[in-house]
Amino acid sequence: MAGIQKMISVAAPLDRSNVDTDQIIPKQFLTKVERVGFGEHCFHDWRYLDEAGTQVNPDFILNQPVYQDAHILVTRENFGCGSSREHAPWALKEMGYTIILAPSFADIFYGNALNNGMLPVKLSEQVIDVIMKQLLAEPGAQMTVDLESKTVIAPDGTCYDFDLNDFHRECLLKGLDSIGWTLQFEDAISEYEAKIPAWRS
Amino acid sequence: MGQTLYEKVFNAHVVREVAGETPLIYIDRQLAHEVTSPQAFSGLRATGRKMRQPSKTIATMDHNVSTRSLAIDACGDQSETQLRTLRANCEEFGVELFGLGHINQGIVHVMGPEQGLTLPGTTIVCGDSHTATHGAFGAISFGIGTSEVEHVMATQTLKQPRFKTMKVQVNGKLHESLSAKDVILAIAGVTTSSGGTGYAIEFCGTAIEALSMEGRMTLCNMSIEIGAKVGMIAPDQTTIDYVEGRPFAPKGDAWDEAVEYWSTLKSDDDAEFDAVVELNADDISPMVTWGTNPGQVIGVNDPIPSPADFTDAVAADSCAKARSYMGIKDGQKLTDLAIDVVFIGSCTNGRIEDIRAVAEVAQGKKVAENVEAIVVPGSGLVKKQAEDEGLDKILIDAGFEWRLPGCSMCLAMNDDKLGAGQRCASTSNRNFEGRQGRGGRTHLVSPSMAAAAAIAGRFADVREI
Repeated sequence: MAGIQKMISVAAPLDRSNVDTDQIIPKQFLTKVERVGFGEHCFHDWRYLDEAGTQVNPDFILNQPVYQDAHILVTRENFGCGSSREHAPWALKEMGYTIILAPSFADIFYGNALNNGMLPVKLSEQVIDVIMKQLLAEPGAQMTVDLESKTVIAPDGTCYDFDLNDFHRECLLKGLDSIGWTLQFEDAISEYEAKIPAWRS
Repeated sequence: MGQTLYEKVFNAHVVREVAGETPLIYIDRQLAHEVTSPQAFSGLRATGRKMRQPSKTIATMDHNVSTRSLAIDACGDQSETQLRTLRANCEEFGVELFGLGHINQGIVHVMGPEQGLTLPGTTIVCGDSHTATHGAFGAISFGIGTSEVEHVMATQTLKQPRFKTMKVQVNGKLHESLSAKDVILAIAGVTTSSGGTGYAIEFCGTAIEALSMEGRMTLCNMSIEIGAKVGMIAPDQTTIDYVEGRPFAPKGDAWDEAVEYWSTLKSDDDAEFDAVVELNADDISPMVTWGTNPGQVIGVNDPIPSPADFTDAVAADSCAKARSYMGIKDGQKLTDLAIDVVFIGSCTNGRIEDIRAVAEVAQGKKVAENVEAIVVPGSGLVKKQAEDEGLDKILIDAGFEWRLPGCSMCLAMNDDKLGAGQRCASTSNRNFEGRQGRGGRTHLVSPSMAAAAAIAGRFADVREI
């Protein structure tokens, strides 16, 4: 997994709250047994006018040409709620979005995103509101997200700090595999297993 | 200071906890199904890793299966590939599978408790957000992504932060026509669909204690619909009576030891919660969602909110979008809305008690013309039990379709789905846009309210039927 240090990119505004994982990747695309091939179906029901996905919806903001190379998505509260499907971060990442800014994320989505080398950035509702308005007023505006310094630079140049657990930051910076990390502690796992009571083993 | 139930169970599962690191906790049980496991198994294969404890993972087929046919190819090539992949993976890695046609096959969160795989004081995970269901037994149980499924397979552990704790206390007595579904929807109306984010919830109070295990499972199942990965209820005699004698439940001395330990699994009197929500069951009426998330919910006779009712701009916008998607016109009430489809089933309401509730309302009545009503039992065992009780006959006579077990129209991965604009009274758990089919309009209700809607052809107050 490639690490993330610093991203300078066009930021795309998705001005909705409670964007759920059914919306991010609808169920009809979950029958794949691979981790790839989800990007073209990301936001399917909003992105296409027909079920087959042949007619692009010109009114869906992420379809605008200016956002085709965007790697940062800015959205409202409770992003990624609902189903635990990891196909949602797989789809977003394949569509190009590795960094998502929102006032809050659903807990399962948040973990899934981190496990896929994506960076979910929590900023206050007020800050997101300010950034959202700037992006809507100036389509194609760029933002900078710096994981090293845990800062975000808004289109107007204002710099905001964000918080991220040190462990997750380290993993993202280095692109670490979390199973490999845990397997360092195999002895502790074996020690724990030796003490499990009979009713639970 | 005392400990909460969540803290007690969490502490008993810590494998490694050091400052600056997310704790590593032991996972007692993993449940698996065809949709979120294939990439985990292939991840193991790609890295040459083995499953650490294959006997601690149990699999079934549920999301993708047909409810009309036991044929593995009944829902198309891709679904067939996914089901066959699960079977091949379970054989290769030595995981027990309750596949199509097995009497134990069913929705993973119905099957687990039925088999005694769900035990108080354990940690249970599954690649499905409704894993919160098993918290009804006093387990820490939560949905995970596929990378975490692979992590559990390889290490039997997971890195999990300690969540804040929320007490949701429901005292009083629920009306006899109401059920746990009305309680959790009423809670969602108070907390909103994100109010529980970052928390582990403990449900308590006299109205919760009075619930059967089926009701408690319905309640905890929808913890995730208010944002909480974990929802728990302290085990009591009701819990112990349910678990005793089930195939995977401990036996003999191990059972006695377990029961003794389980009696300690309750929040201490002086335990402190980070948040408290209180409701009175006497005030709860039959609940129906009107919008596109489970927090957009009202009593069946209440007026449907409009954007002008909200001061917050984001909430007002969300209300307007939901009303538009749901096709609600100005001045309309829920009881004005005609229903096209009724879906009874899911990991929320696909258990025997739910089917009994539907049969009780439906007995001697007929499903309204132009309404398609389907009943999908949660598992092979639920189906058999219902048939032994003659409930299938009552339902078929009333005009309901009696189907084979699976997740079905809760998420519409199989061929049970809504068409654009169709309105559904559903006992499932999510009313998101397109959840039951592109353009479909989902209203979440209890089983008896779904039955009442099927008969009336529109939403109706079950207390008046």
